[in-house]
Amino acid sequence: MTTEVGSETEVKKEPEKAEEQPAKPELPATNQTDEVKVVEAAEQSNESPALATDSAEAKENQEEAQPADNATGPEGEEPPASPPASEKKGISRFLPPWLKRQKSQSTVGPKESQVTPKEEGGVVLLKGEGEKAEQVEAEQTSSTTAAEPQVEEEQVNGEAEPEQKEEVNSEEQAENHSTGSAETQPAKEEKASEKSQEKSAAEEEKKETEEGGEEKKDQEESLKPEGGRYFIKSPLKLTKKVKMVMCHVIMLDGSQFPCEVEKRAKGQYLFFKVCETLNLLEKDYFGLSFKDNADQTCWLDPTKEIKRQICNTSWQLAFNVKFYPPDPSQLTEDITRYLLCLQLRQDIISGRLPCSFVTHSLLGSYSLQAELGDHDPDEQRLDYISDFQFAPSQTKEMEEKVVELHKTHRGMTPAQADTQFLENAKKLSMYGVDLHHAKDSEGVDIMLGVCANGLLIYKDRLRINRFAWPKILKISYKRSNFYIKIRPGETEQFESTVGFKLPNHRSAKRVWKVCVENHTFFRLMTPEAPTKAKFLTLGSKFRYSGRTQAQTRQASTLIDRPAPYFERTSSKRISRSLDGAPVINMIEAQDSAPTSVGNGREPGLELSSDSSKSGKLRVQGENIYVRHSNLMLEDLDKTQEDVLKHQASTSELKRSFMEATPETRPSQWEKRLTASPATSLRLQAQGRSPPPTTQEPLPDLTVDTVSKSSDDKQKSDETTLQAAEVEIEETVVVEEIRVAPKGSVTITTPEVVTPVAVETEVEKPEEEVVEEVIEEVKEEQKRPVSVSSDSHSESEEEAGEYHPQVTVNISVEQIKEEPEKEEEVDNHEEPEQVAEPEPLPEVEVETMPSPAVVEERPMAEPETALVVDAPVEEERTEDILVTPEEAPNGHAEDQPGLLAVEEEEEEEEEPRVNGDASHAETELIPQVICCSEPPVVKTEMVTISDTFAAQKTEIATKEVPIVHTETKTITYEAAHLDGSGDGEPGILMTAQTITSESLCTTTTTHITKTLKGGLSETRIEKRIVITGDSDIDHDQALAQAIKEAKEQHPDMSVTRVVVHKETELAEEGED
Amino acid sequence: MAGVMADFGNFTHAVVRAIPSSLAKEALRMNVSDVDLEKAQREHEVYVGVLKQKLGLEVIELPADESLPDCVFVEDAAVVCGDTALITRPGAESRRKETAAIRQILKELGLNIVDMSDENATLDGGDVLFTGREFFVGLSKRTNQRGAEILADAFKDYAVSTVPVTDGLHLKSFCSMGGPGLIVIGSSEPAQKALKIMQQMSDHRYDKLTVPDDIAANTIYMNLPGKGHVLLHCTPEEFPESAKVFEKLKDHMLIPVSNMEKVKVDGALTCCSVLINMKAKV
Repeated sequence: MTTEVGSETEVKKEPEKAEEQPAKPELPATNQTDEVKVVEAAEQSNESPALATDSAEAKENQEEAQPADNATGPEGEEPPASPPASEKKGISRFLPPWLKRQKSQSTVGPKESQVTPKEEGGVVLLKGEGEKAEQVEAEQTSSTTAAEPQVEEEQVNGEAEPEQKEEVNSEEQAENHSTGSAETQPAKEEKASEKSQEKSAAEEEKKETEEGGEEKKDQEESLKPEGGRYFIKSPLKLTKKVKMVMCHVIMLDGSQFPCEVEKRAKGQYLFFKVCETLNLLEKDYFGLSFKDNADQTCWLDPTKEIKRQICNTSWQLAFNVKFYPPDPSQLTEDITRYLLCLQLRQDIISGRLPCSFVTHSLLGSYSLQAELGDHDPDEQRLDYISDFQFAPSQTKEMEEKVVELHKTHRGMTPAQADTQFLENAKKLSMYGVDLHHAKDSEGVDIMLGVCANGLLIYKDRLRINRFAWPKILKISYKRSNFYIKIRPGETEQFESTVGFKLPNHRSAKRVWKVCVENHTFFRLMTPEAPTKAKFLTLGSKFRYSGRTQAQTRQASTLIDRPAPYFERTSSKRISRSLDGAPVINMIEAQDSAPTSVGNGREPGLELSSDSSKSGKLRVQGENIYVRHSNLMLEDLDKTQEDVLKHQASTSELKRSFMEATPETRPSQWEKRLTASPATSLRLQAQGRSPPPTTQEPLPDLTVDTVSKSSDDKQKSDETTLQAAEVEIEETVVVEEIRVAPKGSVTITTPEVVTPVAVETEVEKPEEEVVEEVIEEVKEEQKRPVSVSSDSHSESEEEAGEYHPQVTVNISVEQIKEEPEKEEEVDNHEEPEQVAEPEPLPEVEVETMPSPAVVEERPMAEPETALVVDAPVEEERTEDILVTPEEAPNGHAEDQPGLLAVEEEEEEEEEPRVNGDASHAETELIPQVICCSEPPVVKTEMVTISDTFAAQKTEIATKEVPIVHTETKTITYEAAHLDGSGDGEPGILMTAQTITSESLCTTTTTHITKTLKGGLSETRIEKRIVITGDSDIDHDQALAQAIKEAKEQHPDMSVTRVVVHKETELAEEGED
Repeated sequence: MAGVMADFGNFTHAVVRAIPSSLAKEALRMNVSDVDLEKAQREHEVYVGVLKQKLGLEVIELPADESLPDCVFVEDAAVVCGDTALITRPGAESRRKETAAIRQILKELGLNIVDMSDENATLDGGDVLFTGREFFVGLSKRTNQRGAEILADAFKDYAVSTVPVTDGLHLKSFCSMGGPGLIVIGSSEPAQKALKIMQQMSDHRYDKLTVPDDIAANTIYMNLPGKGHVLLHCTPEEFPESAKVFEKLKDHMLIPVSNMEKVKVDGALTCCSVLINMKAKV
């Protein structure tokens, strides 16, 4: 399924590319594979190009071909013969059902409309073109020839849009098809061959299994140039539309869940499918596992393609608890506890969770109570119990004990029994401990136990050491060694590193990953941002990208649905095997899912989500996108869509639930990608309904770390690019920013690591908007060592590092504190102070509820860092004017909720809030290393808000009493900043501050020139304060500011963009 | 229903053993000292009396065995937790036979007996600190790693962490539980060091009550129905400073118990009884 998504997304993103590609005639066909490979390490290069072409073609076809399509696809179940219907079909085929749904729902937005047509077009082409009769089997596509349409692509796009809108409705219908899409449509095409879809699917599976690597396929395909697909090669990966693989997921109750997914589907797709089937909302505790070649259990990375992780083996996975909640009673739903019980039963039976005789008996008795209800003296004899398994080896004595105890549970409901089960199980010492074989430095066999609290070291059954997360400064692995750096104790001066030897590299990495995940999940408020140096690609960029426990708990509070009914399966089944286990089909799941979802939603939440969707897909998309996206750039779009689809399909409730925390990701994503501040702003603007209460988790704010696959720079780069493109309409700035840094890197200042920080503060309390843009330009000869090392380790073979930090913060690769930053901080402060006074005058008394402070930091491009040679000094002063008036109206209102990571009310900090990275750093972790913003910043922000408030108060006195001030900050930081990590404070050479004011804008430019170890660094900070009466288009303002900055300092890069938005909260709340 | 790890400190039975007259001369001791046998026996009677009369435990008194001068220190012979009794293999060769009688009586009480048959394993009960949530096993002159492993196998529900004991005879020679989550600890350097280790090794947080005298840190905590928190501790006569510290425990029923003579042969308060909660038997 994912594949499909991917294709779609790609289409959206890169319509132009698609066009171009088609323009290049079939030449590439043969070469495609190679080239593609080169471009992207990705697999299925052939396919991808094909898709691109398809998409282009599709567009064409839509207009032209659609009628034809109808003819071609009469067989289809599609009710209306109308063109849209046909398209639907086509789409449905390729799109996962949920995707379709979403579209239908969300189509309102202009973006969507565009997107949809493209997709459809792509689909159409496939249908229309019978080219790949051969491939049809595998891919289920039957299209004759697609060569011609390619040329016309552009036209298609434009035209297609109108149709799409109409089609939207129809798409829903398509959904059904989608599941069965392969089935129905292929039938048409396959008439000739008369292969049933199922057949094809089966064949596909076979093929896939046969195909050890994608490359093989590619080769094969390349050999078969027949298909229109091959004609065009595209650098972009296009996913095979039709390739489906049958996954078998073993559920916790032992049943098998067969699920057909696209071959290129990501882990999360399957995972969501499973959760949907289970009707599970608190899914963050769970994961999918599989056995690798060495028969080691691995967690499926939701952000990566399944096939890349599973190797060639059969797609057998298991749904398991990944993070054992230390206090299960805090889980919100019984169904979650039930699933945890099932997992623990497995753990017990398998011996992973050792128990005493009594405990086995007690837990067993609760299981009986949960499944059978009260003990029935008449019917229940001892025999019934021997069907159940309570322990790895159970005796008659134990069974008697279980029955005896069972009798005492009379009257206990299943949910209560589960709770009791968990209350006892959680106390077991090995509860939730993930054991890994290892040797200590002396070669003694030990076990490493990873759990919620830290790392446990066992020798045999004895705990011989324990390293709580707070004690661990750094986790890393190299080859088959796993290292933890320990914080020095009270009496110790130096941190020590403890090394363990694991059986092999893979196991070392596995331990490392598990540690990273557990630390993040249990210890952090929000996932750590991806490594700053992501562009450079260190050994492993892997980070936990899901929600943390704190986030999931918070999200769980939003769950407002009647307790879902679920059937408790007999534990007999578990012991006996899967026989008779119910088989759940995806279709069922899908069908059922929407209904269930629909009921539960919260009205308020819905509205917000809806509005955002309807208004602009992208916003959501971004959020989602960020959230799920991992490292794969190409997939970013897909991810986005996936998410969207998923959400769409699920009920609003689910959506809201999901979004509640995770949405933060966008910000992270942006950070990672060097996202443009504009984007973030935009997000704000679109505003999801801001939660009236500060406490409510802001969707956007939650920062999830997107784990970066060790994959490659290229991808990342591409991703960025794509992302930029996608969003182009909205944010021009993004592109510019990116381009600029590159340019600088390549051409002008190779050595320069130039971070430009733009701080934009927008205050909207009373219609005042203050944006501050601070640009900092740094030039450093030295590259941060860490960066360089990172670059090397791209290959998975290399070592990975992870610095666990208790506090929430942005990615911290290095813990060293950087003097430079301090400087920055200082700079910031000054300008801000200057700026503050101005905003007041224009204040109007309107109630704008939530003020959000957004700090955005664009990531500097990695390349820059690499190039560094000679020190270059550059000083530049820039004034950036931001015009508030330009801002579109609609956005402003919505703003409050979106971006803010942390909200501060009345200057009170709520650390608990899904924290801003920046804030968190400041507040929680003084030592935060690479973090962009020093604690000072925060102070500043606060100050500002105060000032405003005060001023406002004065002004407002007339009309509006000021109620609350919300501050939201989002920070984007360039990757390079690490360079500052040197730790040597630079010598301040010069510093000057220039302030200029215009009507509603105050620009403060602070230039600092620092000499650091032979390197001179010039930093320009610009603070632009925009005060607006009415809605300010932040995006535009920011975009313009950045643009100007770029123009003025072409060789400098924007390191950081900080947007502070302060708004006074209306008492009423936004809505 | 008694759940896992419930009822910490709740005991119904106690096993004690009389003092043989051979104790005065032959009992092992780390420091040379003369023991007043009669005084020791009187002390012991008071000790048993407290358990029996004052606390209402069902006390099972085993007769002394003259061939086993240290037999009064029954704690070393068995570790009882829940319904399981681990019969130890004492580190001191001369004490190995002490376990037989203990084993017998514990079996009669219906406990699940686990024997430590491994010839390489040694374990003294005095090295075993049970906190209610986990075990700490001191690796001392009397207890080795293997012994600790066997203990871990015997009590699978609990984490078993090892703590090096460099000074003193046993782990509990300088610490004990003073309540749920409360560790009473001596103020000596080795004691403090051991505490740090324990705290580091544990997933749980423990409060500590530091007393000036290491041996005074050996107390007996119980949580008895109708009586609440009960703490048997040293007398002001023995350790005036430490005794004052215990007075801070307002919620506890404090019962000073003299142990002046037995301490001369390294016997602490906990050494002289094996406490059992028969209700814990599920």
